[in-house]
Amino acid sequence: MSGMDWIVPVILTVITAATPLVFAGIGELITEKSGVLNLGVEGMMVVGAVTAFVTATVTGSYILAVLAAALSGAFMAFLFGILTLSLMANQVATGLALTLFGVGLSALIGQDFVGVPVDAIAKLNIPGLSDLPVVGPIIFGQDPLVYLSLVIVALVSWFLYKTKAGLILRAVGDSHDAAHSIGYSVIGIRYLAVMFGGAMSGIGGAYLSLAYTPMWAENMTAGRGWIALALIVFATWKPGLVLIGAYMFGGITILQLHAQAAGLDLPSQILSMLPYVATVVVLVLISKDESRIRKHAPACIGKIFHPAA
Amino acid sequence: MKFKSMISLASAVAVAGSLFAGIASAEDKVGFVYVGPVGDHGWTYRHDIGRQAVQKALGDKVKTTFVESVKEGPDSERVIRQMAADGHKVIFTTSFGFMNPTLKVAKQFPNVKFEHATGYKRSKNVSTYSGRFYEGRYVVGKIAGKMTKTNVIGYVGSFPIPEVVRGINATALAAKSVNPDIQIKVAWVNTWYDPGKEGDAAKALIDQGADIILQHTDSPAPLQVAESRGVWAVGQASDMHHFAPKAQLTAIIDNWDGYYVARTKAALDGSWKSADTWAGLKTGMVELSKYNDAIPADVVKLAEETRKGIIDGSVKPFAGPFNKQDGTEAVAAGKELDDGTLLGMDWYVEGVQGKLPK
Repeated sequence: MSGMDWIVPVILTVITAATPLVFAGIGELITEKSGVLNLGVEGMMVVGAVTAFVTATVTGSYILAVLAAALSGAFMAFLFGILTLSLMANQVATGLALTLFGVGLSALIGQDFVGVPVDAIAKLNIPGLSDLPVVGPIIFGQDPLVYLSLVIVALVSWFLYKTKAGLILRAVGDSHDAAHSIGYSVIGIRYLAVMFGGAMSGIGGAYLSLAYTPMWAENMTAGRGWIALALIVFATWKPGLVLIGAYMFGGITILQLHAQAAGLDLPSQILSMLPYVATVVVLVLISKDESRIRKHAPACIGKIFHPAA
Repeated sequence: MKFKSMISLASAVAVAGSLFAGIASAEDKVGFVYVGPVGDHGWTYRHDIGRQAVQKALGDKVKTTFVESVKEGPDSERVIRQMAADGHKVIFTTSFGFMNPTLKVAKQFPNVKFEHATGYKRSKNVSTYSGRFYEGRYVVGKIAGKMTKTNVIGYVGSFPIPEVVRGINATALAAKSVNPDIQIKVAWVNTWYDPGKEGDAAKALIDQGADIILQHTDSPAPLQVAESRGVWAVGQASDMHHFAPKAQLTAIIDNWDGYYVARTKAALDGSWKSADTWAGLKTGMVELSKYNDAIPADVVKLAEETRKGIIDGSVKPFAGPFNKQDGTEAVAAGKELDDGTLLGMDWYVEGVQGKLPK
């Protein structure tokens, strides 16, 4: 291909690659902001993927499918909440178990749906606008979930920094004892945050099985839940940066594939590990500067809350 | 008194134990260790079809069991040892990375027969087997060379190992033989299984001008992309036409059924011997699915001639003369590559674009 023709297809592919990461990342961001570390993102995503796929094939409704995916993710997160918030189990171990559980459970649910084809969620088509060159397909030609992901990032950002409820959530994540002592229900708020995280992961999974690669195959998340977790550290717990990071992580993958297909001599293995390297570098940088961590990283992350008797 | 009762208890246990052993031997156990989920549509799925064929062919005489999604490395050793200790007579370990664990466990269980897929290390009770999938790729290459309009074939690669490189080269040689202008573009995804990334690679290749997508990864995502973009594709490991009814030209199918049944029978009747099997179209270990109706009759005829030629030995995919990517001669006229060279192939032939990652 010559000239700039390749840019539009690249951007379109980057958007589809980034959107599941945006959903899972922004959900987990809220979870972590409340002081809970849920490593079960991968498990919640894959359960969301299978639930969405099964619902879409059985009912034919994509709206129901996405709702069901959100509910199933929230339910998985609720299980995580019972174990870690009410029964005070270790969050890291429980999160890992949730991923293993999710992968197995989704395989079981999806057994009879392996090899069933489904149509991809329809993309927006505004006569006139969607046909414009370049901006048409990119701005006016996405599927509804892409727009939803952007709206949710904006809402989360507004919620965290402009509303009282967001302030309370951050207080719970930064000092659960203080929040508790002035009368907020730390456990209750954390349940809600964890379940919101689960619901978003579920929708991220739905995006995979309905829009990205419209099919069900076992373990189809293939590690995207872990990338989402890395993304939050990379973004230093800021919603806007989660969005940018997701597009960067997606963009690197897509660009290296294009570079290979174009015959450029880039080492694909190194590019494949770039997102993780970037995360480690950011982690090192923010660890050097305590004030950065104190500013955005929730201080109580991963700590179990024992309400004073 | 106490001592006596202990002895009688022990002997009772021993009797009971031998009774159970007696029951177990009436139905010999055959085990399978899989690297992926049985629902992957591809590699592991086909091995499990093979397992079902064993169960069907031998009926009550055997009980087949499997463990899926076993990680290569120490995890697999534990699974394989557990199976051997559990009284399995034959154990099929179906991924390259199970090689050393299989040999290690085999040493400790000399009476159990082990069958390791795609490996190269054998012992008295370990056989190896694999398919000459490149024979299928050679037939596909002929079809692709005839069907492409852009003269660009896109190839989604997993890892740059000889098995995959061999497939790319076989495709290139066949395609070039019918269409000298052909180019093969390769995108490596560094995974066997990641539907999203495989699909993205297919999109990138199509954006770079490919109108036929081949793959050496395990999910049907590249076919789906081909279907939605209106280009051709070829199924991998199993028939994937339901994912791409219009786009799938054909599929290269791994068929382990015959081998698994024969080896299990041999192990049960005592005729089993350690061997190395590398079979292709001839024995049916590699098959092609139904050709797409959209392929013109003369192309189907060419494909069938190629397939039959490989079976009767008149067509040899890696027969010279042909050149390496850099233009130096790989094989002279009248000669062909031997199996040893094929098994270690780490260079591209002419017509493949890009540099092979090392």
